[in-house]
Amino acid sequence: MRILTTLVLILWSACATAQEWEDTQVFNDAATGPFLRIISSTDTALFAPLITSFVDENPNTRVAYFVTSTADVDRRLRDTPDAFDIVVSSAMDLQLKLVNDGFARQLPGIEHPDWATWRQSLFAFTAEPAAIVINRAAFAGAPIPATRQELIEALRDRPTAFRDKVGTYDVRQSGLGYLFATQDSRASDTYWRLMEVMGRLGVRLYCCSGDMIDDLTTGKIAVAYNVLGSYAAARPEVNDSLAVILPSDFPITMMRTAFVTAATAEASAAESFIAHLLATQAFGQGENLLLPPLTSEDAAEDRATIPLEPALMTFLDALKRRRFLAAWEDTMIQN
Amino acid sequence: MKYLLVEDNIELATAVGSRMRVDGHVVDHAANLEDARAFVATSDYDLILLDIMLPDGDGRAFLKDHRASDLDTPVIVLTARSQVSDRIGSLDLGADDYVTKPFDHAELEARCRAVLRRKSGTAKPTIDRGGVVFDPVAGHLTVRGEAITLRNRELRLLELFLNAPGQVFSKQKLADRLFTYDSDVSENAIEVYIGRLRKHLEQSDLKITTLRGLGYRLDDGS
Amino acid sequence: MMAASPTVSGSLRDRLMITLIGGAAVLALLLFFAVRSYAVQVAQQGQDSILAASVTAMLDAAAIRDGEVEIDIPYAAFSMLSTPSDDRVFYAIYQDGAFLSGYNDLAYEAGKPLGVRSFQSGDVRGAAVRQVNASRTLIGANRRTEIQIALAQTQDAQSQTLDRIARNAAFLGVGFFALTGLLSLWASSVTMGQLNRLTTSVTRRGPQDLSPFQKPVPQEMAPLVQSLNSLMGRLDQSLSQSEDFIAEAAHRVRTPLATVRSYAEATLQRVKREENREAMRSMVRAIDESSRAAGQLLDHAMITFRADHLERETLDLRALVEDLVLRLTPIADMRDLSLAVAGDADVPFAGDAILIQNAVRNMIDNAIKYAPPDSTVTITVNAAPKPVIVVEDEGPGFNTDEIATLAGRFQRGSNAADSIGSGLGLTIAQDVATAHGGHLHLSNRPEGGACVSLQLSS
Repeated sequence: MRILTTLVLILWSACATAQEWEDTQVFNDAATGPFLRIISSTDTALFAPLITSFVDENPNTRVAYFVTSTADVDRRLRDTPDAFDIVVSSAMDLQLKLVNDGFARQLPGIEHPDWATWRQSLFAFTAEPAAIVINRAAFAGAPIPATRQELIEALRDRPTAFRDKVGTYDVRQSGLGYLFATQDSRASDTYWRLMEVMGRLGVRLYCCSGDMIDDLTTGKIAVAYNVLGSYAAARPEVNDSLAVILPSDFPITMMRTAFVTAATAEASAAESFIAHLLATQAFGQGENLLLPPLTSEDAAEDRATIPLEPALMTFLDALKRRRFLAAWEDTMIQN
Repeated sequence: MKYLLVEDNIELATAVGSRMRVDGHVVDHAANLEDARAFVATSDYDLILLDIMLPDGDGRAFLKDHRASDLDTPVIVLTARSQVSDRIGSLDLGADDYVTKPFDHAELEARCRAVLRRKSGTAKPTIDRGGVVFDPVAGHLTVRGEAITLRNRELRLLELFLNAPGQVFSKQKLADRLFTYDSDVSENAIEVYIGRLRKHLEQSDLKITTLRGLGYRLDDGS
Repeated sequence: MMAASPTVSGSLRDRLMITLIGGAAVLALLLFFAVRSYAVQVAQQGQDSILAASVTAMLDAAAIRDGEVEIDIPYAAFSMLSTPSDDRVFYAIYQDGAFLSGYNDLAYEAGKPLGVRSFQSGDVRGAAVRQVNASRTLIGANRRTEIQIALAQTQDAQSQTLDRIARNAAFLGVGFFALTGLLSLWASSVTMGQLNRLTTSVTRRGPQDLSPFQKPVPQEMAPLVQSLNSLMGRLDQSLSQSEDFIAEAAHRVRTPLATVRSYAEATLQRVKREENREAMRSMVRAIDESSRAAGQLLDHAMITFRADHLERETLDLRALVEDLVLRLTPIADMRDLSLAVAGDADVPFAGDAILIQNAVRNMIDNAIKYAPPDSTVTITVNAAPKPVIVVEDEGPGFNTDEIATLAGRFQRGSNAADSIGSGLGLTIAQDVATAHGGHLHLSNRPEGGACVSLQLSS
């Protein structure tokens, strides 16, 4: 059965798209009941406990988990809307636009706070701030910056120490990177000054938070900007060498969201999964959560949580995106 | 007795008046209220017979005025109207009695006597003859100082004789005066009353003599 | 005598209620639809103005830079489209009709005249939307170009708001209806109260009271009261006219009868021949009988009237009887009869004095007529167990067969041939007893003679 499933999966995913998955995993493969296909931008390691606890409660349900980048999640779903039952992504703008464009199913039975829900379709289940993660070694003897401005000053003070040692998302590839960048740019001009500084230092661009943290750990880079702190925190072995800084000037917090596809054939199982996800993760009722739960609404405001609203589609406009990317490239790529 | 008859119907007044005069009363007749007031103002009457419906007004108005004055002459109302409606009003206004037309003369006489008897405070003429003192109003008879109670018919019979001593009364005539017409009393019943009267008068000088074929006569045996 | 029931057709109160409540229902419905349609209009205007503001902000951000059109859509343009129901937003940007960005399945509908902002309702991807279309002409260095934007938004929030408003409007309508219903109840009972008061005031009047109504009444009832007053005026007039007529008739009949009787009597004094005398006597009797019959008919009519509208006052039956006896004694005397009063000293009773007087007088008259000379007629008045007046004579008594029927109207005992016109006497007595809730009882005394009991129960 497992072999067969794996074979089918490989064949099927090969057909669905020419690209490889970052990871795929099937849970409770022996089950004969509903088969849920989850496409996600969240690393398997972080999400697996949620699926495991779900199949423990629903032993009949089989769950396949596909991991890819946020941009790829969006692209794949638009290409094959009926290939997945549940979509999980950290790119709130892309998720919201998918829902707006009619790819999601409304789940009237789910009760979730208004501010963490959109159209009773898109449900937020984590609150994860964008962080500055530094390698402590690089800041030995120097103060650790607490704000973007302090980071700018730190980088300017020691340009040689940080040349080719700063990293951030390649917003052209990463949906989440683009979301953080655009929200940053809305919030303050500091973003562009920081990008300019980073660009002059020969910034390294990454597709994913995981890669950046890997390079931080190895010391390939000393500073990573707009990394998901949760990813860093999830790696206890690096806690000593790395410092996760939530900028105190204006922290930007993203909410990881999930929705059930409109084309799903397993509507009720998918809804049960969402209910389980929200119950276990969103309010921190599960044990040993690897992802940070949703905070209260008040806390969400303090931490400048990006609101779920149609305005998220603004930077997805082709013209706007073109203009933003042009400015970004002008700033970042200076060689 | 002196009566005032207030009655606008001349024939009736004449008939009533003549009948009363036969009984020995003096009767003045007033045909309207104006005359009646004039009569009352100038003469004393023992009794007033008052018709209700008069050409110049309602007899009850006269009655009311009369009662308001100091005169306490008894009044008997003669009415042709409904007993139920008129009677109460007349009595309330102070009539002593009422007689509904048409009336029996014997009844009228009886009522007059009854009213006079009730009102007799003042001294009235009595007949004193042959050891008999008779008060026709009170109906008292005293024979040789002894009071004798007379029944109505005996009393009226005696009165007839005393008013016309020496006159012969036929049985027929006596029956007409003694009985009403609603009963058919035989003339022989007169003999019963004559017998009773004779018994009452035994101790007196008066005697009722039988004149065979003619009738009866009161004789003064003294 | 029962008053004839009027023909009833519907109820004024019901009609008033139905009219008022029906009107209230119609008004409530009108209110509901008016509020809802106004709300639709307002909501539509609200959405339209937000869409207009949003599209204007987008157009304002359009510029030509280096010969190329750039539209830097402000974040606020979409942010202002947030609704509580998270309505979906679609937009499309065209340059001179060529698709630039947004949703290419959203068509731009040019307003009329061109360039004017236009609104429309339609469908996008199966969702009902409200759409605004607007354009702006950009003038570059060497060319003019028109930027056209179509912006659409679903209407979930609006329809939710409308549902809520419709619900509130429905509550409003129902509340309005309930309130007006209560007001209708109140209004009709107040209005009916006026009528009821008039009715009560008519009902409470004594039978003799035919005076006009003086109490103030509402203007609308004035004609009714006026008609009523005029009717009562005419009734009063015609009643007193009839009374006068009866009295006049009695006077006209009885006075000549009295004259004739007097003459007949006078003549009788002079007539000697027995057959002539008998003829005269018959004549007198005939006169007596007819006049008494007429009198009793009149009395009976009057008594029937009074019995229908019985007016009770407290009186002493003993005093009443003694007064009657006093007045009847002369008559009894003429027949050498004694009238004796026996029984309780004080017998209070609530009744109509005139009726009872008349009844007892008829009973005593009867007894006087049938009693033999030198006998006694006893009138007994007793208070317990129920007020009763018993008249007993020593005459021949009733024929037993006739006891039951004797009190009937115009009945006369067969052995009363000699006595004049007593046909109605006992009938009157019985009517009076019945009017007071009692009855007339006829019997013969064991020792001989008639016994008539007037039972009055209070």
